[in-house]
Amino acid sequence: MFDLKGFGDQLLAGTMVTIELALASLVVGLCLAILAATARLSDNWFARNIALAYTSVIRGIPELLTVLIIYFGSATAIMAVARLFGYDEYIEISPFVAGVIALGLTFGAYASEVFRGAIIAIPKGQREAGLTIGMSPLKIFWRITLPQVWRLALPGLGNLFLVLLKDTALISVVGLHDLMRKTTEAVSYSKEPFLFYSAAAFIYLALTILTMVFIHFMEKRNSRWGDK
Amino acid sequence: MDFNVIIQYFPRLLEGAMTTLELVVVSGLIGSLLALPLGLARHSHRPWLYALPYAYIFFFRGTPLLVQIFLVYYGLAQFEFVRESALWPYLREPYWCAIIAFSLNTAAYTAEILRGALGNVPRGEIEAAKTIGMRRVMLYRRIMLPRAFGMIMPAYGNEVILMLKSSALASTITLLDLTGTARTIIARTYTPIEIFLAAGFIYLMLSLIIIQFFRFLEKRSNRHLVSTR
Repeated sequence: MFDLKGFGDQLLAGTMVTIELALASLVVGLCLAILAATARLSDNWFARNIALAYTSVIRGIPELLTVLIIYFGSATAIMAVARLFGYDEYIEISPFVAGVIALGLTFGAYASEVFRGAIIAIPKGQREAGLTIGMSPLKIFWRITLPQVWRLALPGLGNLFLVLLKDTALISVVGLHDLMRKTTEAVSYSKEPFLFYSAAAFIYLALTILTMVFIHFMEKRNSRWGDK
Repeated sequence: MDFNVIIQYFPRLLEGAMTTLELVVVSGLIGSLLALPLGLARHSHRPWLYALPYAYIFFFRGTPLLVQIFLVYYGLAQFEFVRESALWPYLREPYWCAIIAFSLNTAAYTAEILRGALGNVPRGEIEAAKTIGMRRVMLYRRIMLPRAFGMIMPAYGNEVILMLKSSALASTITLLDLTGTARTIIARTYTPIEIFLAAGFIYLMLSLIIIQFFRFLEKRSNRHLVSTR
């Protein structure tokens, strides 16, 4: 499709890794966000404060630092646990896994606030109605709250996904062969940094535009029923 | 956990934190100076006036900051005329490259915030100003901008926090900011958890200070809205 002095294929391969990383982190992040949001709204003091600490700490430290802590820290932590069981070998986690955890944690922390706002916005009467007809709290969450939360949370989540997409570039720092890393490799062979970093910038821009189109489509589809 | 390492290297981490703060303050100031004309032009309805700022803002908000930093630090050096220009002594320094990239980046985000605020100035106030015969320039200087500044404070505070966090990327071009310092210490001691957590703690404290500072600014710029104490 585009040649770029023979590095076009490499850049495309990197782009695929970037997309995979972003989607995997999105899934992990959404699960964490729903968990954290329900914990923030629960009656359990302990759950509430754990979730609060999680969201405030992650939102207060740089994403790059989160990535570094997960990548270098979790290997050390796993090795310490493994040593308890008598396993002394050197353990390393892959940059991809570290990236999914770090970006998922970051996305989850911000998205939990979006979900919390959306859950609060759902009238209390619906919950009570569910209870009255004998639904269990889990069923109420699944059948009544969650389907409506999607619609309210979608614009906020869309913005966060755009941020996540750009943050994937950070994982190249710990050695994942994503678009950013492939670009840096191309630069070191070709000695044409401006050309390749501009190319990378435009690929990221294209991904951003694609995402925006998709979000727009989803929002339209989502508001085909409901108020307005 | 080895707390001695943290205590031993804490002063050096604080030195790194000073560099981080310097980066944020300098590029924040340059960025907001750039954002003012950008935001005003973006607010306009004339295509020839808003098209360029629109493209600028879209590019800087749609690409990763890391790419932008590398474009400035590595990319510019590709051109002969840049290396021969009078600016080269600055453009080859990682410090100034980081400042340039951060300033351009935050200018885009701030301009977008400013545009939003300008669009939200109540219609009645603008009409009132026009009715008493204010010219365009005076309308902006006396009504639109002061009102917009009051409105953007919370959003701008968030932007500064985001900038504080993005400033960690300066460490990727060998700058010894807080993250960069932490990474060099770890290269020597190999205690990633302790030192990174200490650095994270300092970042948290810095963002708390910034939040407080902007709460204060917000109160100050909106003091006319408080009628009774």
